[in-house]
Amino acid sequence: MSGAEPIPTIGMEVHLHLATATKMFCACAVEYDAPPNSRVCPVCLGMPGVLPVMNRKAVELAIRMALALGGTIPDFAKWDRKHYYYPDLPKNYQISEYDQPLGVGGYLDVPLDGETFRVGIIRVHLEEDAGKLMHAEDGACSVVDLNRTGTPLLEVVSEPDIHSAAQARAYGEALRQLAIYLGVGHCNMQLGQMRFEPNISLQIGTDEKGEPRYTPISEIKNLNSFRAVERAVAFEIARHRQEYEDDPEGYALERLGKSTRGWLDDREETFLQRSKEEAHDYRYLPEPDLVPVVPDRKWVDEIRAGLPELPEHRRRRFIDEYGLPEYDAGVLTADRQVADFYEEYVRIAANTDAKTAANWMMQDVMRILNERKVAIAEIQIGPGDVAEVSDMVVAGTINRSTGSDVFAKMLESGKSAQTIVKEENLAQTSDEGELEAIADQVIAENPGPAEDFRSGKEKALGRLIGQAMRASGGKANPKVVREILVRKLRG
Amino acid sequence: MATIDLTACRMREALRARDLSAVEAADASIEAIDRLNPRIRAFLSTDAQGARRRAEEIDKRLDAGEDVGLLAGVPVAVKDNMCTDDGQATTCASRILENWRAPYNAHVVERLLEEGAVIVGKTNMDEFAMGSSTENSGFEATRNPWDLDRVPGGSSGGSAAAVAARMAPIALGSDTGGSIRQPAALCGVVGLKPTYGRVSRYGLVAFASSLDQIGPFARTVEDAALLLQATAGHDPRDSTSVPQDVPDYLATLDEPVTPLKIGVPREFFGDGLDAEVEKTVRGALAVYEGLGAELVNIDLPHSTDYAIATYYIVATSEASSNLARYDGVHYGHRSSDHADMIDMYMRSREEGFGDEVKRRIMLGTYALSAGYYDAYYKKALQVRRLIRQDFDRAFETVDCIMGPTSPTAAFRMGEKTADPLTMYLSDVYTASCSLAAIAGVSIPCGFTEAGLPVGLQILSGVFTEERLLRIACMYERETDWASRLPPVCEEAS
Repeated sequence: MSGAEPIPTIGMEVHLHLATATKMFCACAVEYDAPPNSRVCPVCLGMPGVLPVMNRKAVELAIRMALALGGTIPDFAKWDRKHYYYPDLPKNYQISEYDQPLGVGGYLDVPLDGETFRVGIIRVHLEEDAGKLMHAEDGACSVVDLNRTGTPLLEVVSEPDIHSAAQARAYGEALRQLAIYLGVGHCNMQLGQMRFEPNISLQIGTDEKGEPRYTPISEIKNLNSFRAVERAVAFEIARHRQEYEDDPEGYALERLGKSTRGWLDDREETFLQRSKEEAHDYRYLPEPDLVPVVPDRKWVDEIRAGLPELPEHRRRRFIDEYGLPEYDAGVLTADRQVADFYEEYVRIAANTDAKTAANWMMQDVMRILNERKVAIAEIQIGPGDVAEVSDMVVAGTINRSTGSDVFAKMLESGKSAQTIVKEENLAQTSDEGELEAIADQVIAENPGPAEDFRSGKEKALGRLIGQAMRASGGKANPKVVREILVRKLRG
Repeated sequence: MATIDLTACRMREALRARDLSAVEAADASIEAIDRLNPRIRAFLSTDAQGARRRAEEIDKRLDAGEDVGLLAGVPVAVKDNMCTDDGQATTCASRILENWRAPYNAHVVERLLEEGAVIVGKTNMDEFAMGSSTENSGFEATRNPWDLDRVPGGSSGGSAAAVAARMAPIALGSDTGGSIRQPAALCGVVGLKPTYGRVSRYGLVAFASSLDQIGPFARTVEDAALLLQATAGHDPRDSTSVPQDVPDYLATLDEPVTPLKIGVPREFFGDGLDAEVEKTVRGALAVYEGLGAELVNIDLPHSTDYAIATYYIVATSEASSNLARYDGVHYGHRSSDHADMIDMYMRSREEGFGDEVKRRIMLGTYALSAGYYDAYYKKALQVRRLIRQDFDRAFETVDCIMGPTSPTAAFRMGEKTADPLTMYLSDVYTASCSLAAIAGVSIPCGFTEAGLPVGLQILSGVFTEERLLRIACMYERETDWASRLPPVCEEAS
């Protein structure tokens, strides 16, 4: 055994609800705020005699995701039953895809701290979600809500290519962004539409044959926030490290195998759920009630042709094509609609350059979205409107801060930038005579800063410019004001 | 002729001609049930009031000249593993579903109602269709109308006995490895297992999903064709039901199949076949020869030696999965005495299931367990493919295959209950047809000296029910077995 530093080796199983109107195997609506047990039918209740019927839209979305991840779609996928007893699973088996999934292979390039790392994808498959079990606080009873039962669930299983808690989080975030980009899922974390199950082990050097040795694998079940993913993985890495240090020979994968652990969010620690000996035997059985999925090649090609540009590719293109900094490119491509808006805005704008447009997006447009907690499609302003106001600033018709005010007024009134500037007489003035008088007045009223500037304190000029702008009612062209003030003070 | 002695087709004609009212037909069936069922115990539940109400409604519509459907006013019995939302329980003859009322109708029940049938009751069966004698019913055993000390066969023993004793002219059963054909043979009636996928399984409580198929019981081939006509066809709610047109079975029924080449598998006449049954079946083959058919000896090398073993792995594996849902949580029997959740599962299932069901759940659970799957379930699927190939090959040269339906005539009650393996061998000639997913029918072909019926099994390829029925009809026309009345009917009337 070598004494090399242990390398965290993490694979992730990610479950996400597909954005379908109805459930995986019946026509019940997928709804999150309906009264308990009101979106159910004999099929999703697992009543005697019922049969599942596959939701084609769910298969289409799964194929879309698999293709976007660069995976291949086998000619034949089959359904299997995975058996375990739990009251939130009415049939006591879950319909899933065991050994012949819809999508195989692929990868995801994940940005983190200005670099990207690549995570291999093992498989993408479909299954049905279970219901929700709730327990009375006094332990007297448990109740079950089966509205969620049968919701189409996509599982993406990664290679163990993740090596830190931060990477685990970044991978989850990138996958979420991709799913939303593709319209595959809404991935609302609060609604439980996305769940993570990291499998953690440390590579602890190599054995005498040169093969890598690992600590036992622990799988953390059902994490439903990025924060929990990052903290739970960090906790497990530290725990593995400690266990390994305490018993370098015994704490090994070949001895202890794989265990399942839960995460206590309030205590920020994991706890053992099942050891290797207690592992379920799911007794997989090819689902006899469903026919295998044999995706028509033409259909797969159509789905492929309909894929949008993927977020990581778009981010790189924003850097290369628009000359944006990494940060701006990341922010502007995080949401597909925002990125679409930005590109349209740049295309329409007459004289606003791409970087200036990025600033307008981040400082004005997205600020409003954040304040109002709305999507970009929900505001009354289009790319042309933002282009109009930013073009006016670049042209010198109004100054930058007036531009922001005009933008806010456009949102409120629905009027065009031109109209607002005209009605409120906001066009900036570059009239030298008017501005000279204002400069004289400001210098006279602020002898202190004027003196400071003369004695070499350049900073003092800012205060004088500000005073002059105020005196002009915000309409003065700050560039011209500056020139006049400098000339007068130095002259 | 008494109303109850009419076949469904004659009843249908009389109803259309308004020589007979639906109420009279229903009453005749209800009267026969009242008279005979206490001794035969073919029905688990009957709904005389509901049936009469429904018959009155059908009469009104018939009087108004409406086309009420293929089965307008005809009484039908339904095996108790098909869901009915009429307020009657759907029990599968299991304690675990004793009080369960289905919130929906099975596809076949919908079809019956659309075609104007009057459902008179739900028939007894081996619990969850697991058995060959109906002795595994969680409630009571059904008697064979030809000898009340003998079994009616199973698992659809209730439906077979109900038709044989003329408590209803036709009935629906389900066949997983012989559960329609074997009781039909033992009760002296016609029982048809359609091609897998011909009739929707939606609402049929699953035993082994890849084998289960609903089919008709009748006293004549014509009536079986009528009931198949009414229930066959694609149903989008069953992904395994095949979107293929249903031929007009009744239209061609009278046309003999000529030339007719009949395959006679050596394997169906080997050890274990009762000599009297063999003689009777050979007699039936001679009738076909007399009609100009050619008999050809064929081999189905995998279809008897391996069929039972394969069948009992595939069927029990699927059953262990299908029956996992009966846990006392959402519906069905829940033990009143339990310490915790796992204990509730265990006690509810312990109390709710009978021995044979438990035995099969254990067999299936074992076959699917990690480390055993490849040796059992996967291997069974491979053999199943070989069995199917046996039939495919045979049907390249012959039009149909004939042999005995069951190795013996009806056996005595209790005779095989102590030895499940002997009981399993009752399916030796029927299981391979189910595994191959082809069509098969059992028709009466005579009686033993003791007066017990013997069945002739005729098998044909997938979706060839139309030809199968014509072939069956050829024999039926030459004989008159359907006119015999079980002694119990004569005594009681």
